[in-house]
Amino acid sequence: MLCATSRLLAARTATALPAQPRGRGPGARCRRRELHFPGHPELPLGDFLAGRLPRSSVSAGRRAILRRGRMPPAVRGGPAGVELRPRRGRCGPQVTRAVGPDVAAEPTARSPKRPARGSRRFEAAGRWALLALVTLLAFATRFHRLDEPPHICWDETHFGKMGSYYINRTFFFDVHPPLGKMLIGLAGYLSGYDGTFLFQKPGDKYEHHNYMGMRGFCAFLGSLLVPFAYLTVLELSKSLPAALLTAALLTFDTGCLTLSQYILLDPILMFFIMAAMLSMVKYNSCADRPFSAPWWFWLSLTGINLAGALGVKFVGLFIILQVGWNTISDLWHLFGDLSLSVVTVGKHLTARILCLIVLPLTLYTATYAVHFMVLNKSGPGDGFFSSAFQARLSGNNLHNASIPEHLAYGSVITVKNVRMAMGYLHSHRHLYPEGIGARQQQVTTYLHKDYNNLWIIKKHNTNADPLDPSFPVEFVRHGDIIRLEHKETSRNLHSHYHEAPLTRKHYQVTGYGINGTGDSNDFWRIEVVNRKFGNRIKVLRSRIRLIHLVTGCVLGSSGKVLPKWGWEQLEVTCTPYLKETLNSIWNVEDHINPKLPNISLDVLQPTFPEILLESHMGNNGLKPKDNEFTSKPWHWPINYQGLRFSGINDTDFRVYLLGNPVVWWLNLLSIALYLLLGSIIAVAMQRGACLPAEVEGLSQVLLQGGGQLLLGWMLHYFPFFLMGRILYFHHYFPAMLFSSMLTGILWDTLLRLCAWSLASSSLARGIYAVGLLSLLLGTAYSFYLFHPLAYGMVGPLAQDPRSPMAGLRWLESWDF
Amino acid sequence: MLGFLKRPVVVKADINLNVVVLTAVALLSRLWQLAYPRAVVFDEVYYGQYISFYMKRIFFLDGSGPPFGHMLLALGGYLGGFDGNFLWNRIGAEYSSNVPVWSLRLLPALTGALLVPMAYQILLELGFSHCAATGAALLMLIENALITQSRLMLLESVLIFFNLLAVLSYLKFSNSQKQRPFSLSWWFWLTLTGVACSCAVGVKYVGVCTYLLVLTVASVHAWHLIGDRTLSHVRVLCHLLARAAALLVIPALMYLLFFYVHLILVYRSGPHDQIMSSAFQASLEGGLARITQGQPLEVAYGSQVTLKNVFGKPVPCWLHSHQSTYPMIYENGRGSSHQQQVTCYPFKDVNNWWIVKDPGRHQLVVSNPPRPVRHGDVVQLVHGMTTRFLNTPRVRRPAPGTASTSLRPALLSVAEWRCPHSVDCRPSDPTSCGLFPRGVVIGRVRNSLHWTVWFSRHDVAAPLSPHSQEVSCYVDYNISMPSQNLWRLDIVNRESDTEVWKTILSEVRLVHVNTSAVLKLSGAHLPDWGFRQLEVVGEKLSRGYHESMVWNVEEHRYGKSQEQKERELELHSPAQMDVSRNLSFMARFLELQWRMLTVRSDDSEHKYSSSPLDWVTLDTSIAYWLHPRTSAQIHLLGNAVIWASAGLATLVYALLFLWYLLRRRRGIHDLPEDSWLRWALAGALCAGGWAVNYVPFFMMEKTLFLYHYLPALAFQILLLPAVLEHLGDRLCRSPLLRSLFSGLVVAWYSCACHVFNTLRPLTYGDKSLSPSELKALRWKDSWDILIRKH
Repeated sequence: MLCATSRLLAARTATALPAQPRGRGPGARCRRRELHFPGHPELPLGDFLAGRLPRSSVSAGRRAILRRGRMPPAVRGGPAGVELRPRRGRCGPQVTRAVGPDVAAEPTARSPKRPARGSRRFEAAGRWALLALVTLLAFATRFHRLDEPPHICWDETHFGKMGSYYINRTFFFDVHPPLGKMLIGLAGYLSGYDGTFLFQKPGDKYEHHNYMGMRGFCAFLGSLLVPFAYLTVLELSKSLPAALLTAALLTFDTGCLTLSQYILLDPILMFFIMAAMLSMVKYNSCADRPFSAPWWFWLSLTGINLAGALGVKFVGLFIILQVGWNTISDLWHLFGDLSLSVVTVGKHLTARILCLIVLPLTLYTATYAVHFMVLNKSGPGDGFFSSAFQARLSGNNLHNASIPEHLAYGSVITVKNVRMAMGYLHSHRHLYPEGIGARQQQVTTYLHKDYNNLWIIKKHNTNADPLDPSFPVEFVRHGDIIRLEHKETSRNLHSHYHEAPLTRKHYQVTGYGINGTGDSNDFWRIEVVNRKFGNRIKVLRSRIRLIHLVTGCVLGSSGKVLPKWGWEQLEVTCTPYLKETLNSIWNVEDHINPKLPNISLDVLQPTFPEILLESHMGNNGLKPKDNEFTSKPWHWPINYQGLRFSGINDTDFRVYLLGNPVVWWLNLLSIALYLLLGSIIAVAMQRGACLPAEVEGLSQVLLQGGGQLLLGWMLHYFPFFLMGRILYFHHYFPAMLFSSMLTGILWDTLLRLCAWSLASSSLARGIYAVGLLSLLLGTAYSFYLFHPLAYGMVGPLAQDPRSPMAGLRWLESWDF
Repeated sequence: MLGFLKRPVVVKADINLNVVVLTAVALLSRLWQLAYPRAVVFDEVYYGQYISFYMKRIFFLDGSGPPFGHMLLALGGYLGGFDGNFLWNRIGAEYSSNVPVWSLRLLPALTGALLVPMAYQILLELGFSHCAATGAALLMLIENALITQSRLMLLESVLIFFNLLAVLSYLKFSNSQKQRPFSLSWWFWLTLTGVACSCAVGVKYVGVCTYLLVLTVASVHAWHLIGDRTLSHVRVLCHLLARAAALLVIPALMYLLFFYVHLILVYRSGPHDQIMSSAFQASLEGGLARITQGQPLEVAYGSQVTLKNVFGKPVPCWLHSHQSTYPMIYENGRGSSHQQQVTCYPFKDVNNWWIVKDPGRHQLVVSNPPRPVRHGDVVQLVHGMTTRFLNTPRVRRPAPGTASTSLRPALLSVAEWRCPHSVDCRPSDPTSCGLFPRGVVIGRVRNSLHWTVWFSRHDVAAPLSPHSQEVSCYVDYNISMPSQNLWRLDIVNRESDTEVWKTILSEVRLVHVNTSAVLKLSGAHLPDWGFRQLEVVGEKLSRGYHESMVWNVEEHRYGKSQEQKERELELHSPAQMDVSRNLSFMARFLELQWRMLTVRSDDSEHKYSSSPLDWVTLDTSIAYWLHPRTSAQIHLLGNAVIWASAGLATLVYALLFLWYLLRRRRGIHDLPEDSWLRWALAGALCAGGWAVNYVPFFMMEKTLFLYHYLPALAFQILLLPAVLEHLGDRLCRSPLLRSLFSGLVVAWYSCACHVFNTLRPLTYGDKSLSPSELKALRWKDSWDILIRKH
């Protein structure tokens, strides 16, 4: 650290002072070779490309110094102190300001060559212009040919449809949290889309429907990724070229471009992830002035973005982990700072709890509240939710319905599995086929409402008609032995020691008997789980289990789809393992009994916390789309295989989601180089090698800034190896953003180190500039080569030598 | 001269009687009546079959773990003279007299007994007192679940043994590091650490967790070593290299060695062969090798071959065809080519034979000398029994409104259709046949009632995978439908571009010349019309390499007969014999390892399965065995007192650690530096060992049982006396408090002993309890103790 501060000195002296307190600090013992090239304030604007801000690159170390309130001897009182101070509290949104008036003011005072104020303003304007240029380029690439193709591409069919649902206020079900789709719906609504387009399947023409609003919204968020990455890298490395390189990598990546151009959740998700990252980095750089307005601003903005990321997809959890890790290590440092009182540390802790836990949770819950408020009409998602919930939806047959409250003998009922997307207990006039258990009537679960879902609940020992007015009403109670008779076919729900059709260890469930007369295998004991509502069975709310009397097994649905003979409904079994799982818990939904008074269902409606809990249960296990090749996580960083967004044949308009291979392979190389370089430096420092000041500064940036980015990449990538669900290529893109930022920092540092190791300063500057320019131009040129992937191509496939893309099929697995 | 006699020869030995006594008692508790239930107990039924395979030298594949553990068990069988003749089919079956039960169960029992002195040593090496060390050993001694598990032919106690051995030897090593680095004992313990780690991994994959833990601790220590400026660079490098060699290279070599020995031991073909590749099977004695012996190596024009799919999912199968044709119209209304079916068939059959034909010649026999087929050559494949060509229809998009009556080669798929008598179908009036809305009648073919319908589809999709092309054997319907039966050979694992197609060794793709579709196994089962065989398709847009597109020649011979009749005879005769081909060890190892990791057992439900959350609170149990007549039974149940207090100790440790850590951060040092380090190391190894052996189970999808928790529990038990001693030292300042504390500890331990004694009948299974006694033992509802109803 001391070496590092002396590096600051060196940088300073290089700018102005010919001979100043070099020899004082312990750092002076280090070998020193100053870098003359990188744009210190004397350089004209043209050197921006090679320029870097006079970096207080030891930011974290220095923060510690500042917090402890003492400075290393070399700095104390020296002119470098001047340079340290201006960075305090500078945490405005614009990096351009971060150069700081004082830094620039210093040379102006000393070098009479240049008009002081003018150059400063000039420079600030230049930095603004650069940011504007980066942003503009990002917008230009993203919005170019946004309207093509004018048909549904890939998952637009889902997310566009869900946007329409919001506009039409019909209820639907999806595995992802609602925020992203709500935003899409909002964008569509504001841009005048009326929600009438069906979004049936990829390839359908939009025709007169206004889809540009939704695509434009996604493209807008997608474009903002580039300036965000630019600012993040600038903040972490204090080096313009590094930021510029990152921006170029992202702007010219065909994958990011493609993914931003359609109505998808990914641009929204990535927007929130990058915004959270940026605000976290910004707030880190405010750490030396805690509880100031900007500090609060960035901290709460981080929280808001976290809520956004989690509200779009659950993978937003990864950025929460990253921010959490950052916060914990930050608090750990504060806690170890003995100059701060415990109360101050407590305040820090409280502030973070408020902004990073309470605020996001509130917002996240709020999105759900809005979601359930907006969607108040019955729609395709009804069956996924509990019966009680459906009573909320207008148009559903349970809405405003009134049915008897407690279950009585003789009632006609439908029985629904409590687990999401399992459906109603169902039977029909078809037998199990030969060789599959006993050849008796099939019993399944079925997701749609149907008269075959109706059952009559009867006492086990009498077949008398309980609806006969002469009999008194008798309620069904917990522990009663009952019989369920299928209303349409008059067969009893039955089980026996035959193996179930798909789950071999369970028993088969059939419909048995004639006109309600069967045998003792038709007897079931009805049990109420938890018995929150007493011994009677309450419609909708009571959770019941049906236990087979003879075999002692529990009626449940395995969730497996039966083959054709079972009409692809779900298998119902009787499981001998008496484990409490949702699969074997049921509730009564429809309930018809003329002898009982009806009550309004509104009293049974669940409360908001219950709904929130319900919509987070049982999300797993839903089937992915058919007929799609899924990819493995290790395919992703090597850009092994793309995703077809639109078109297959040579006459179609084809869009293919594939990363720009130059960018991606550079990223891959950079991670390897980073690990190598990082461990060399870490070992050298652990061995106590005294690094030269410049190297010390660079290595701090590499280890701290780069470390954060590497962590981000790992957090957004490695968990996918553990996931059991079906994975697609586009899951890698958040990680790719982090690895591109890492590439920017790494190559900037690497080139500086290379240049530094060559003595001559002019040569060094040349090498640096050439290296950086070639990287930038190489990226741009590769984008020129691969841009048809994103903007669409028509004509022969790339296997065909006549195709313009023929030479670009570098991997056989790319099929564009 | 006789000076050496001046001093007597003296042997001094320190014998820690504590350890000796504890070991003796441990041996007694584990070995007592070891052969007692002379019946198959629980998972013995599973391990036993592998032991039989080892005894009979038959190859098998077990996805549950590497072979070292099985081999250790088999060693017991070998020493006991087991011949492998026992049918391991059900739990509770009586062992026949040829099964040496005692020696089969000896090794797990010995390792289980050795846990006791090892626990003692570990606590000692961690810097705790002899008292705490004795406590750890005593706790290990009376843990019912550990006793049950080690008295049977199961692998957990072996795994725990190697886990603890790795930790113990690492501790010994790191303690000798302070005094005499690079001494003999330093090397010994370092090497032993590596060996024990690899053994733990070799017994079960879960051993990896402990290995990683030891590696982490070792690398933290190494990192401190790097920061030690008193050591020279060279010395640091030596230290690092020694650790890398012992902890990385040796385990890797040991792991390979396990497989090497395993593959030497099981060299005969057996029931699991089919999962492996043809090349692997050919390396086994018997089985495929018997069939493939003496096959010509190079496939030539005129060769008769069977083609096996390399992917082999859902089942291994061979390219197959038979007389039946595809149905004209599928259930969903799509049309087919109505040509001969091509499928993939999981059984050996004469219809699996294909003849490789040169498109330029008519011969179906191998010329003399044989002309080998090379990479890139274009061939035709002729089905041996029906002499039809493998074909996938190339179809072009029809011109709009093609309802033409002309026979255009650009047309579509063909199907024969017998026109109903009642309908007057005329070539000129295609729409009159309302049966096929998209069908166009274009010509009369054989007789007046026989029409050919050209479907105005632009594609002949495969029956179940509509995104791919149908593959068929071309039936000549006497119309000028062009057959497209040229296939280009693409040898995937070629070394040069002129490589010859080799039997078994070459993995080939067959690329259709006209459409560049690749012959592929889709994995779907055809409906009844296809006899439930597997669907084969032409994948139009092949997305890179996938094993389902790759085939290899399994059986091969040079065809000799041109005439169909003779050829059929030839095909029915068995192939000729000669030499076997050998794979290198590394190739066999890699394939075996890969298959072991990817093979899946489908069923994930078991009566006694449990979730990791049930384990800490002992909410679950496993009935291992029930006496056929009495209600004597063996039940896997832990010592409830130990489980509860071990869990509590972990919690106390975590809280204390956090407390000290936070206070240290604020500059308050409650513990002196060296005792803090000791405290942290004990936590890292014991609490860390518990965590790494427990937490991963939350992410596993396989069926889990209570015994999976035992390795974690062993670590947790080690933590218990450490925490107690620490509490005693820190809390009890006065002698009175100190004696009070000791009294409490003794009372608690006698309580644990009492529980042990109460559960002992279920642990040893030697005593038949009455139903009421059994009911009294059922302390938790979830304990499924078996009660005989009389």
